[in-house]
Amino acid sequence: MTEADVIIRVQGLRNQFGTQVVHENLDLEVRRGEIVGVVGGSGSGKSVLLRSIIGLREPTAGSVEVFGQNIASLTDTQRTQLETRYGVLFQNGALFSSLSVRDNVLVPLREHFDLPNDLLQRIATLKIALAGLPADAADKFPAELSGGMVKRAALARALALDPEILFLDEPTAGLDPIGAAAFDQLILTLRDSLGFSVLLITHDLDTLYTICDRVAVLANKRVVVAAPLAEVERYDDAWIREYFGGPRGRSAHKAALAATGH
Amino acid sequence: MADKGMAADIAIDHAGGDVVLRVSGDWTLANAASLDARVRKILASSTNATRIDVSGLGRLDTTGAQLLLALRGDHADPEFLGQIGEERSSLLHTVSEAMRAPVSPALPQTWSPLDLLERIGRGMQTLGRNALQLLGFVGLVLQSFAASMFVPRRWRTTSLVFHIEQTGLDAVPIVALLSFLIGAVIAFLGATVLRDFGATLFTVELVSYSFLREFGVLLTAILIAGRSGSAFTAQIGSMKMREEIDAIRTLGLDPVHVLVLPRVLALVIAMPLLSFLAIIAGIIGGAAVCALSLDISPTMFISRFQETTTLRHLWVGLGKAPIFAFLIAAIGCLEGFKVSGSAESVGEHTTSSVVQSIFVVILVDALAAIFFMEIDV
Repeated sequence: MTEADVIIRVQGLRNQFGTQVVHENLDLEVRRGEIVGVVGGSGSGKSVLLRSIIGLREPTAGSVEVFGQNIASLTDTQRTQLETRYGVLFQNGALFSSLSVRDNVLVPLREHFDLPNDLLQRIATLKIALAGLPADAADKFPAELSGGMVKRAALARALALDPEILFLDEPTAGLDPIGAAAFDQLILTLRDSLGFSVLLITHDLDTLYTICDRVAVLANKRVVVAAPLAEVERYDDAWIREYFGGPRGRSAHKAALAATGH
Repeated sequence: MADKGMAADIAIDHAGGDVVLRVSGDWTLANAASLDARVRKILASSTNATRIDVSGLGRLDTTGAQLLLALRGDHADPEFLGQIGEERSSLLHTVSEAMRAPVSPALPQTWSPLDLLERIGRGMQTLGRNALQLLGFVGLVLQSFAASMFVPRRWRTTSLVFHIEQTGLDAVPIVALLSFLIGAVIAFLGATVLRDFGATLFTVELVSYSFLREFGVLLTAILIAGRSGSAFTAQIGSMKMREEIDAIRTLGLDPVHVLVLPRVLALVIAMPLLSFLAIIAGIIGGAAVCALSLDISPTMFISRFQETTTLRHLWVGLGKAPIFAFLIAAIGCLEGFKVSGSAESVGEHTTSSVVQSIFVVILVDALAAIFFMEIDV
């Protein structure tokens, strides 16, 4: 991996709410084309980390560089331009409830590009199909969709501008195991064909085992280890042992081994 | 990706018998508009391309892939995917799979005069349904009240007191201030008109009659509809949204008893008190204007007031307060229960609750005015 391949670099990040320090001297790197999973206990600041990287929260100290640009030092225009290069899937979808799925996907396209309407419609239809939604879901409203379909619709919107990085906040939370596995596969397939990088936060051990190239463990206010899963499992830390060595961790590991045929 | 990058284009090349489409530049979203027009033109003209040359292709994203596949059309070019490189061929493959999915056309947005009729019809239907639901709900509340009235164990005293504080005590400053101001305005209006007849003194009657019979209670009702009725809808609505209402049911409790009764009773108790306050404030407002600009001293105002006004006007006014309070609270709570899944729906029903309660209050007030006139009170 060369320097140029690092597309997100978080250095010395510190986040503080009042007197409570959430992150202290946190470092993290994401390289082009890889899927990085962030795990950590409840309250370990996974979501705060994500919000710091996508610029929704100004860190107390430290720097966040995306595509080599320090997001704290960007002007508003540069910031907007940067934002068109990443897609974010929020935990509950965050679809605009007054718009149909199709119009949700069209929002960023209409905002950033001046395209004729029928081309816009075709692009939206393609994104909706890419996200694995049936065609008749396009004109439904978010309130009429099931949990899995909301995630897919939100993914279609996140993919609207062909992002180079996709941020996923608990992509499989609230989905049934079949839906969750299908969603994992979808992310993997899309990453392989569209070539974006993924930073995801998850509690789902199956997601970690099936799609993540590297796993970053958040504990004691920093990233304890960020490495391929096999290395992380061997890492000597009480929390990590409990996390991967527990009954759920073991069964997910077994399932992953069975799936790959080892 | 806002930068246009390398301009994208398609060149038509006649090489012998072959017609080759040479694709160049960045096929990305930024160039999509011009590319789309170009692709359509080529597809519309009877250019029977036998080959697509992608050696000059720059960047390619999903939109570009979509256009490229559209350009290829139905005649599958065997070499086409081969020469594009492995990474891109998987992109093209995924996109072509997605394009093969059945397409639902965007719903056509048309408008005809008939739609207007339809909307009017729907509006009337909703109105009728709302009226029926409100009547049903009023019955439900009364039934629930009757069932728990004589069972002190089931009284929700804490909740009742809390809501009396929220809807009554906390509303005192705004109700008093607004009534004072309206009282002053009415005194000014009356004075301007009555001066021409040399009957300035009748301003006292104007202010006291209007506040005792109508304005005191009506102003309070409108303020409370906007302040507490909407709050009831939002509170119950957000509880409905978070399935708290369902939780109350599964715990063997009655939502009407737990949530609605304390609110309705609180308002029924608070509103006559607030209305009385509004009447006093309004008359003081009138008296202030009389004293400051009409040369009617407060003593004169009070003695005139005592001479001309009988107590029954106060009862006519205050008698309406509990009825208005009951209606406002019932509509507020009912609209809260009508909230469905989304946060948007909370907003919708809150608006609807305020509009409905003000409408019903004014309607009932008008009916009451006719009634009192007929029986000559």
